[in-house]
Amino acid sequence: MEKKGKMKKTTKTTLTTFGFVAVFWAVIEILTVSGHLSSKLNGLLIPVCAYMIMAISLNLVVGFLGELSLGHAAFMSAGAFAGIFFYTTAGAELPVYVSVPVSFLIGGLAAGILGVIVGVPVLRLSGDYLAIVTLASGEILKNVLCALYIGKDSEGIHMSLKDQFSLGMAPDGKMLMKGAMGITGIKKFANFSVGVVLIVITLIFVLNLMNSRAGRAITAIRDDEIAARAAGLDLTRYKMIAFVSAAVFAGFAGVLYALNYSALVADKFDYNLSINVLVMVVLGGMGNILGGMIAAIILTILPELLRGFSQYRMFIYSIVLIVMMLFNQAPAFVSWRQRLMARIRPKAAGKQDGKEEQ
Amino acid sequence: MKKVLSVVLTGALAASFVMSACAAETIKIGGIGPTTGPAAIYGSNVKNAMEIAVEEVNAEGGDIQFELEFEDDQHDPEVSVNAYNHLKDWGMQILGGTVTTNPCLAVGAEAVSDNMLLLTPSASSQDVIDTGDNIFQVCFTDPNQGIASADYISNQELGTKIGVIYNSSDPYSTGILSNFLAEAAEVGLDVLDPQAFTDDNSTDLTTQVQACKDGGADLIFLPIYYTPASQILKAADDMNYDVKFFGVDGMDGILSLEGFDTSLAEGVMLLTPFVATATDDATVAFVKAYADKTGGDIPNQFAADGYDVVKALYKACTEAGVTEDMSPSDICEALKEVMTSDDFSYDGLTGSDMTWDASGAVSKAPHGLIIENGEYQPMD
Repeated sequence: MEKKGKMKKTTKTTLTTFGFVAVFWAVIEILTVSGHLSSKLNGLLIPVCAYMIMAISLNLVVGFLGELSLGHAAFMSAGAFAGIFFYTTAGAELPVYVSVPVSFLIGGLAAGILGVIVGVPVLRLSGDYLAIVTLASGEILKNVLCALYIGKDSEGIHMSLKDQFSLGMAPDGKMLMKGAMGITGIKKFANFSVGVVLIVITLIFVLNLMNSRAGRAITAIRDDEIAARAAGLDLTRYKMIAFVSAAVFAGFAGVLYALNYSALVADKFDYNLSINVLVMVVLGGMGNILGGMIAAIILTILPELLRGFSQYRMFIYSIVLIVMMLFNQAPAFVSWRQRLMARIRPKAAGKQDGKEEQ
Repeated sequence: MKKVLSVVLTGALAASFVMSACAAETIKIGGIGPTTGPAAIYGSNVKNAMEIAVEEVNAEGGDIQFELEFEDDQHDPEVSVNAYNHLKDWGMQILGGTVTTNPCLAVGAEAVSDNMLLLTPSASSQDVIDTGDNIFQVCFTDPNQGIASADYISNQELGTKIGVIYNSSDPYSTGILSNFLAEAAEVGLDVLDPQAFTDDNSTDLTTQVQACKDGGADLIFLPIYYTPASQILKAADDMNYDVKFFGVDGMDGILSLEGFDTSLAEGVMLLTPFVATATDDATVAFVKAYADKTGGDIPNQFAADGYDVVKALYKACTEAGVTEDMSPSDICEALKEVMTSDDFSYDGLTGSDMTWDASGAVSKAPHGLIIENGEYQPMD
């Protein structure tokens, strides 16, 4: 890991990435202090942070490991439900500075465990098969959570996958989780600084991992699996490292996200969300962490900025998405952009590497 | 750029002073509901109806005028909170939403922390009004529908042995059922074991109907929406099972279901706050206004709820003497006091003599209806 300093290009990437987060944080703080932050933007801050972490973590799997995962929302969901379950039960009696960090740890742990459970069979597959199996596991988790009823009364905790009545609770019982209604009555804890700290932790981990021995092994597997195996790399191990760490950070993102709302439903974490996060990664450039973060910000805020178009909002959003995708990735646009860059800043023209894998 | 902006802003400010000097008090009402996505039918109905009601209020030319902005939430709690914040930036003073339950739980918490009055047309879960004392419902809570149904069946002696078929994956259905069972035990109804189905296996419900038949039920209670209910009616007809059916507001719509033989629905009873074919003046006028606005659409119960939200708010605002320069929190306190007071009641499309208690739940008499000759007729 200490090799990072010697490599000039990676140092530069690291600095710009952290610099971006610092600027992002500073701009929001200045807007808040000077009272220029609208309620709308203020309400979007935590989701933006959560999606940024989601994009960074999915980049590990899609960008660096080169495997297509369509079930990333499942890990977010596992983290959110595990963390919030603790937060609303045992955590409710603890002070916030204890319950919130512990919720994050529990959420990350739950998502990590799910990552191992899904990862062990799934990582034997690759390409389309892996995409389909991750998609399916995400849907399984969603449906199980949608059917899960948990209640607590004087005799302890009751659980059922059928309905609320089969819990057979005493009259003093309290429902903790109500199937399709999820967990309600969460005491909100929305703190932008906590979001930024989480982003920084995620970045430190991911960037260090990528510049380490394991990280080089992971990218080697992406570039040529057969060659990597021939070189004696333990494929399963390195795949698991990438997959499970991505799951853990998705779990953190889930807890952060869920703490921002008073109600948590499993339906939110469906394949649409997985694909949304994937779009952020692809739009930002696979393997490009900074790009993914910027895409996460844009794609979260954009639908809200388009409210002026009333019911055409999501239609315009899709068109903007297509245009952005073309502008970012279409070969003609890329070469046009490079020529433009070359004219403005001759040195910067070479910066476009690392974006065009796959 | 800055100069232009400041000139524009000063102009706007001046204009707003001028306007407030000559016009009546204009209160900004926000609305939130799904106008796109899978639940779009509910949000669109509420939106259209709220717009009709606001036009009517403003045409009356009273001291209070309403300005309405309705935002889409795609039936997603996250988007719903975004829409709420957007409306707050717009200057919303009262919230007439949200339409669906789960988003309403998320937005409700925001409304509580801002102390913004929230009158939801159709988010019917008990949890919604439990969120805070500034949250009120126009619709019945799901539990209340269950209690009202059990009481109604018992008072009218509609059945001796009651079968129940419900959707276990739907909080609406389970919410009604749990209180129906509790109340049925209270009033001494003989209820068989409830038969469950889920959204994923709702296409063939013969087994559930057969179980009711074997149990000897002469009335089946259906706390479900009309699509699966139509399957149940068909299954009962196929097995020549002569039984009475009793539904709740989700049954409203069965007569307009495409591909369904409406003769099967003959004799089905339901408790619902609103039917578009009713013949009282208010309903007829509303159905006509709705059709004129939308090019011939028939409003459903959600639309009627949305209409009542605006009209009830108007009545409460007038009695409370709300003015446009009051903060949302002050308006909330004033309206809360008026709406929960003993002498406030509102006659609307979804019930006459509607009153609210401090919990936020509405109290109104439900209509018992029976389907005869392909039309809803009052049962009493």
